[in-house]
Amino acid sequence: MDAVLIAILVLLGLGLVFGILLGYSSIRFKVEGNPLVDQVDSLLPQTQCGQCGHPGCRPYAEAIVNTDEAINKCPPGGTTTIEALADLLDVEALPLDTEHGEEQVKTIAFIREDECIGCTKCIQACPVDAILGAAKQMHTVIESECTGCDLCVEPCPVDCIDMNPIETTLNTWQWPAPKAGVELIATDRKPAPALEGEA
Amino acid sequence: MKNTVKVHSFHGGIHPPENKKQSTGAAISAAPVPSRIVLPLQQHIGLPADPLVKVGDRVLKGQQVAEAIGRISANIHASTSGTVTAIESHPVPHMSGMTADCIIIEADGKDEWIEHSGLDDYTSLPKPELIEFIRQQGVAGMGGAGFPTDVKLHLGDDHIVNTLIINAAECEPYITADDMLMRERADQIMGGIEIIAHLLKPLHIMVGIEDNKPQAIRALHEALDDSPLNLDIVITPTKYPSGGEKQLIKLLTGVEVPSGRIPADVGIVCQNVGTTTAIFKAVTYGEPLISRIVTVTGQAAGHRQNYEVRIGTRFADLLDHAQASREHIHRLVVGGPMMGITVTDEQIPVIKTTNCLIAGSVEEMPPQPPAQACIRCGMCEQVCPVELLPQQLHWFAKGREFDKARHHNLFDCIECGACSYVCPSNIPLVQYYRFAKAEIRKEDDEQRKADHARIRFEARQERLEREKIEKEERRKQRAIDAAKAQAAKKDAALTKKPAAAAAASTAAPDLKQLKQNAAIARTKLGKAEKALTNAQSKGQDGIEALQATVQQLQVKFDTAQKAYEKAQSAPAPVSTSTAPVTDLKQLKQNAAIARTKLKKAEKQLEKSEANGDDADTIATLQKQISELQAKNIAAEKAFKDAEAGDAKQPSAPIQIDTSELEADIAAMQAKVDKGEAAWKKAAEAGSPAADKMAAGVEKLKDKLKALQDELAQIRVQSSNTAAPAPVDTSDLEADIAAMQAKVDKGEAAWKKAVESGSPAADKMAAGVEKLKDKLKGLQDELAQIQSNNASAPAQVDTSELEADIAAMQAKVDKGEAAWKKAAEAGSPAADKMAAGVEKLKDKLKGLQDELAQIQSNNASASAQVDTSELEADIAAMQAKVDKGEAAWKKAAESGSPAADKMAAGVNKLKDKLKALQDELVQTKGNDTATAETAIVETEIAEIAKPDIKELKQQVSIMRTKLKKAEKQLSEADDSEDTSELAAEIEQLKQRHDEAKATLDKAEAEKIAAAAQEGIDLKQLKIDAALARAAVTKVERALSKAEQDSKDSLEAELISAKAQAEQLNSTLERFSE
Repeated sequence: MDAVLIAILVLLGLGLVFGILLGYSSIRFKVEGNPLVDQVDSLLPQTQCGQCGHPGCRPYAEAIVNTDEAINKCPPGGTTTIEALADLLDVEALPLDTEHGEEQVKTIAFIREDECIGCTKCIQACPVDAILGAAKQMHTVIESECTGCDLCVEPCPVDCIDMNPIETTLNTWQWPAPKAGVELIATDRKPAPALEGEA
Repeated sequence: MKNTVKVHSFHGGIHPPENKKQSTGAAISAAPVPSRIVLPLQQHIGLPADPLVKVGDRVLKGQQVAEAIGRISANIHASTSGTVTAIESHPVPHMSGMTADCIIIEADGKDEWIEHSGLDDYTSLPKPELIEFIRQQGVAGMGGAGFPTDVKLHLGDDHIVNTLIINAAECEPYITADDMLMRERADQIMGGIEIIAHLLKPLHIMVGIEDNKPQAIRALHEALDDSPLNLDIVITPTKYPSGGEKQLIKLLTGVEVPSGRIPADVGIVCQNVGTTTAIFKAVTYGEPLISRIVTVTGQAAGHRQNYEVRIGTRFADLLDHAQASREHIHRLVVGGPMMGITVTDEQIPVIKTTNCLIAGSVEEMPPQPPAQACIRCGMCEQVCPVELLPQQLHWFAKGREFDKARHHNLFDCIECGACSYVCPSNIPLVQYYRFAKAEIRKEDDEQRKADHARIRFEARQERLEREKIEKEERRKQRAIDAAKAQAAKKDAALTKKPAAAAAASTAAPDLKQLKQNAAIARTKLGKAEKALTNAQSKGQDGIEALQATVQQLQVKFDTAQKAYEKAQSAPAPVSTSTAPVTDLKQLKQNAAIARTKLKKAEKQLEKSEANGDDADTIATLQKQISELQAKNIAAEKAFKDAEAGDAKQPSAPIQIDTSELEADIAAMQAKVDKGEAAWKKAAEAGSPAADKMAAGVEKLKDKLKALQDELAQIRVQSSNTAAPAPVDTSDLEADIAAMQAKVDKGEAAWKKAVESGSPAADKMAAGVEKLKDKLKGLQDELAQIQSNNASAPAQVDTSELEADIAAMQAKVDKGEAAWKKAAEAGSPAADKMAAGVEKLKDKLKGLQDELAQIQSNNASASAQVDTSELEADIAAMQAKVDKGEAAWKKAAESGSPAADKMAAGVNKLKDKLKALQDELVQTKGNDTATAETAIVETEIAEIAKPDIKELKQQVSIMRTKLKKAEKQLSEADDSEDTSELAAEIEQLKQRHDEAKATLDKAEAEKIAAAAQEGIDLKQLKIDAALARAAVTKVERALSKAEQDSKDSLEAELISAKAQAEQLNSTLERFSE
């Protein structure tokens, strides 16, 4: 009988201790907001382009987390983003929803400066303040800040903004993916006279 | 030669055919000066250099043509003398085969050196200066990556450098540039090592060299004997890739450089032997890095040997010099066969890192056989010098699982190609890794960019938010400032004007009160007297009671008057002190007013005379006129006096007092209007200041009321004492009109607020109610005065009353339209509006009742009634009913929630119509009525005059029924049996009498109560006055405008008309 009592008391005591511990840590290490939204947001390309139908990347992230919005609505992010989101949320990676646009080469805005009338409309439209200029002054795009979101093109009254694909330089050049090899059977293989050279 | 240092080993590695002997047969020979030098601006890791020369500039050998930008960058020097012909895109040695900016120099063949000199004693120079000197010479790592050497030499600043390793391994096949360099220029190498050692002060210096270069090892040892250096030449077994930096470190020291760190982190610095000679040359001779040893080899090359080649020499020139057979070149490889790059363009120049050029024949460098499936043999893992899992990495790269590849330390891969070399399936593994690395870098870059964009976006959002708040605050501040300014203005005005008024009010607050009391008593007395005379003339009962009341009131009045006079005589200078008015404008106004009054009185007199009124009236009028004339003269005189500058003379005190007050009221009015406008604006904009403003407006209104009260009081006084009554009322009426206008305005504003759902609507409603109360007060006053005035003329002008009714009707229509609108819009204020409309309707009813009564009065008095007017009224009412019904039906069809209410309204209208029709019948019946009925009716009319509406209504209904019956009787007289009808009439009469008795009783009670409490029986009059005021508003206002601002009032009239039209159109549209 004693043994049973002791066991019960010990278990109760343990329960109490862990309860207090958990209760304390839930207060002490309380997480403000939904960290998942932040995580999703950090995977999005932050172009703030609104092609997904949400007014920016964070609202889309919130929609994904809170209202089960599809993860394949981000053309600027493309497949990479979809895969990353699928990985994070542990859902099936879907092909990009072309309704919201197709994955395109990365572009940046370019203002044809002699045509610019200095209306500042593009400056107001730019979500990342990447356009420099003042009223009645020529505007220009700070290339390094431009996300290629396209939002400045629409408001321009003189259509002097082009979206140019980002030029590849020696520093941005990438090795292409190797071509998939032809699946030959061994006898098809021509004997290689010398194997010392491989680049 | 034995190692003094234990040689460690690294994992994996391969032993490809060396193919080095072909190019070591001949000594290093200098390549000729090419005709053209192409100097890429980026020959090193880091930022490209910035050109210092322009096209057309002549440059000398060793002249700096481009300068380093930033820390990790290197200067570029011309490698021969000549002219800069272009700075343009040109193919450069790069895996991509892309072009980049190059300085192109057309050599003049003179090969003329720029003036240069080395340092005599570099040890005497401070280290930073020495490093800067080396930097100026554009020395960059010549082993492979081309890392600017000066950066590595600075490593001693923030790292403890224990070991300096000179990389002389040269493990890659074919390449013999370092081998030949060591063989021939070992002293230069030692000299360079000395300089580096001087800068880095390492504890231990080691030269790592593979055992396949015995001649070079010997040469180094010989050089070492002549050198003060204490270093270990460590011979390592030949194995690819022992020349890799980290592999060599592992070999020589056994230390493994941690992943993602540089050797300096473990206290080791590596330099290539080629770099040491460059440093030596730079420091000792002041020669910049303009040439290097390049191995030209390969089966297609004629002379396979090492050349000292100027940086910028195109491959074509070099191959020409080596007599390469172009037709045999299958692949042109820059660098070694393992890690080099295949180029297709011979125009590509030699750069600082170009150590080998292989003109490979097709036998030597066959095309890559097609890749086959990975058989998981695991050979790649066995040869990997970095102990990675190449096979896994291959899968990850192929499946684009870059994260996993990263987690498998992809970035530690040195891309040596050992795995590809051993792969039995010929899988281009290195290419996969390069691709995966590039993708990961791209992703990282994008992630970084995205983070940056997010930061910027959030910063922008924050900024916009902040700006919005700031703007709001500025706006608020402006509003507060404006309010302050307004308040200051008001204060100024208050201190200016009521300085006198305040004096008066503080000196005689009791006087005012007394005055008021006296006026009230007087009014009551007048009323009671009137009632008495009325009763006497009609021979009614209760005359005694009335007389008693009159006497009582007389006593009261006398007391009040006495008290007032006493008070007035004591602080006499009150009014006179305020009297001296120097304002010309005001005096002018006074004069104009007096003139107008006079004219009016004269007109009235003429009218009276023409009408043949009794002599008393005419005499009174004449007396009034003479008085007015006197006043007019006085006013004009005062004006003229003032104009002449003789302003000190006090003019007629009462007169001036009023005018001043009027001016005050006008000013106050303007202020109130302004305040209201501002407040409305604020309320519409939803400003939180609206409440405050509303309070302010209320205060102003209170003040205005006080002023108006004062004015009214004075007027009453003056009307009782001197001024003729009819004239005074017109002024009061104008006041009432103004007040009415205010009420209308307020209501409009309130409606607007309600529609826009403003939270201030309730307050506004309260304000409007207050205004209405005030208006009522004014109207009461007017009614009182009018009742005083009107005691004489027996004939009441019903046309005016009718106009009043019409105006009231218009108001009701307006209200209803507004209410309907509100109800449709689902506004919560609709109920309130409905209540307002109901009130208005009640008033209308009262007016109509009154009209009916007056008309019946008139009918009884003059025995001649104009029924056509009444008929027109009925027609109009009928039309209204029809309209209302149509509207209601429409509303009901459309399922509007207002339909029920509208139905009720229509029913009411119908009732009214019925009443009107009854009245018409009654009036018509009067003509043929018997004397008895007439008397009864007159009695009823007389008795019904005081209110108690319901009773009166009952009586009138009874009367109507009775009359109908009587009429029937009179018509049916001659032939038919009238006994039944007569009985009915008797019955009706009885009921009528009963009703009358009840009414009488109620009336008597009311009179008694009124006599006791002093409340007058003026409900009807009030209603009438209210309506009259509304009608005469515009006329009065216009006449007043002659004195005041005509334009603004006309504008008001126009706007009122527009509003009326709008409402009408709305109503019509609605009813259609």
